[in-house]
Amino acid sequence: MRQISYREAIREALAEEMARDEQVVLMGEDVGCYGGCFSVTSGLIDIYGPHQVIETPVSEEGIVAVAVGAAIMGMRPVVEVMYGDFSTLASDPLINHAAKTRFMSGGRQSVPMVYRTPMGSGTGAAAQHTQSLETLFTNIPGLKVIYPCTPSDAKGLLKSAIRCDDPVVFLEHKNYGLSSLIPEEDYTIEIGKADVKRKGSDLTIITYGKMVSHALSAALTLEDDEISTEVVDLRTLRPLDTEAIRASVKKTGRAVILHEGPAFGGFSGEIAAAIVEDEDTFRALKGPVKRIGGQEIPTPFNKNLEMQMAPQVSQIISMSLSLFT
Amino acid sequence: MPYPFDPGTRKNVLALMIRSRVFEQKIEELFTNHSMHGTTHLAIGQEAVHAGVALGLEQRDWIMTTHRCHGHTLARGADLSAMMAEFFGDSRGLSRGLGGSMHLIDMEHRNAGSSAVVGSSVALATGMALQLKRQRRDEVVVAFFGDGASNRGIIHESMNMASIWNLPVLFLCEHNGYGMSSPAHRMVSVSSIAERGAGYGIESDSIDGNDVQEVYSKVREIRQWMMGNQRPYLLEVKTYRFSGHSKSDKRVYRTREEEAQWMKKDPIEAFSRVLIDEKEITEEEISDLFEQERAQITEIADFFLHDHRELTLQEAEKYVYASGGDR
Repeated sequence: MRQISYREAIREALAEEMARDEQVVLMGEDVGCYGGCFSVTSGLIDIYGPHQVIETPVSEEGIVAVAVGAAIMGMRPVVEVMYGDFSTLASDPLINHAAKTRFMSGGRQSVPMVYRTPMGSGTGAAAQHTQSLETLFTNIPGLKVIYPCTPSDAKGLLKSAIRCDDPVVFLEHKNYGLSSLIPEEDYTIEIGKADVKRKGSDLTIITYGKMVSHALSAALTLEDDEISTEVVDLRTLRPLDTEAIRASVKKTGRAVILHEGPAFGGFSGEIAAAIVEDEDTFRALKGPVKRIGGQEIPTPFNKNLEMQMAPQVSQIISMSLSLFT
Repeated sequence: MPYPFDPGTRKNVLALMIRSRVFEQKIEELFTNHSMHGTTHLAIGQEAVHAGVALGLEQRDWIMTTHRCHGHTLARGADLSAMMAEFFGDSRGLSRGLGGSMHLIDMEHRNAGSSAVVGSSVALATGMALQLKRQRRDEVVVAFFGDGASNRGIIHESMNMASIWNLPVLFLCEHNGYGMSSPAHRMVSVSSIAERGAGYGIESDSIDGNDVQEVYSKVREIRQWMMGNQRPYLLEVKTYRFSGHSKSDKRVYRTREEEAQWMKKDPIEAFSRVLIDEKEITEEEISDLFEQERAQITEIADFFLHDHRELTLQEAEKYVYASGGDR
């Protein structure tokens, strides 16, 4: 095992897959000598050259659509879009084309591509560079949606996404410096499998992306109140690992669902449904299912206001405690 | 004309155009009498483009077409039964009945399909060309679009990328005068869309899209030029759809006089006159061609009217993901 950052883990996955298969092509704005907006792709163009690292104009819709067309012809493009907010521009090629090509061709075409983009606030970039827009994609059959938190999961899941014959939306958080241990050997992680990041018996926090770290911090504090908290990191949102969610909630009887974007219309609703739609899990509940999401306003620029946008650890703790009164 | 049709082949070209016309007339009839479900976009009147482009390309070349895709698909050589089956939603269709009239995909004949999001297929075709160039393949992609689609931002992005990356994509604008009901003279900033090529440093030209010999020759010439210069190209072909935009179109936005003027330039009649004048075919033989094509297509349509097969929802679900059933 060795310690690397989220950024390095993603870069390693890209590098290893590009070395393994020359059809794996990285495309995006400033992904060459600049190294991408968040320095994820630094140095890759020096190793793999312009044949596998294609720097593109500012044309988000165009880049993603070009990747779809190239994928139909056998390329395995990995497109980087520098902010998840620009997914609005990329939504036509992803939603209307990539997701439907295999189906509308009766299985005669496939689109083996990955759409990589970072989501979330905390960067002082105001309302158009800080959203969490995963629900743009989770309701679309034909897409797979991944949102890992740890370096180890990011590397293993990105490698699986690149090898997958379906279009995959791969969301990243912006805490690119977050570091942890990863295996030395070549490995992949199966898409669609949640991971229990902390075992517990009294309460389950179900979350994904950057909020996994918040959930783990909250769990540590809850220990002081003798509450044993299990943290389920979904890692993949579509397909959703409902079995893992239900298994944990059946054990603990209490569920708090947590994500960075607003709860209203958010993915937490889908997770709550996965809990209450199952007879056994529903009967195991000892209290209401609780959701925690971000503030229901566009992200303010002001630093103190922005820091209150995403769910706070203190909020998670108090919401959790409320289930025990 | 630098590339005339090979001697003796022109009768087959006329037959191909007639097949396209008769096929679409049959589709119109089947939609009108409610034998078919949904909607359809006919290109009756644009047959010189279908045949001229398809024959001007090499077999190894690719096309990506539009929601108005029947003629291009047919001219590229698609199996007529598989096409007809697709219109009926039949599991023996080109896309197993999952795509329908606007999404005819025929990879065997290097037709990568079409987008029904007007103009979006142009970017997909540009991506196909990127992969062809990476693989150093001696092939081009034709990206069809219409005058209506020409105003989409994605076409601007695509042409810019094709130009900076020197991609083998032929942007082919079928200028038929109308985007649904909207006339190009009110919606398009230039009288000839070919003028827009200059904005991207892309060579371009505009020709008569109702003259099959001109379309064929020009496409052959451009293909040679693209290979030699490793550059994209923008070709506008001016034509007219005799049919309405889609099934429900009453054509209230244009006059019967205007339609009559264009009918005089019917591409099939124009080419027929040339062949009759040059004694390659007789009026009678042309009538026979129409009869033969009608008989063949009617037989195919009748077959699928009476022998329908379709996927179950469970079978259709297998085509959502590569793993077949995974969701």
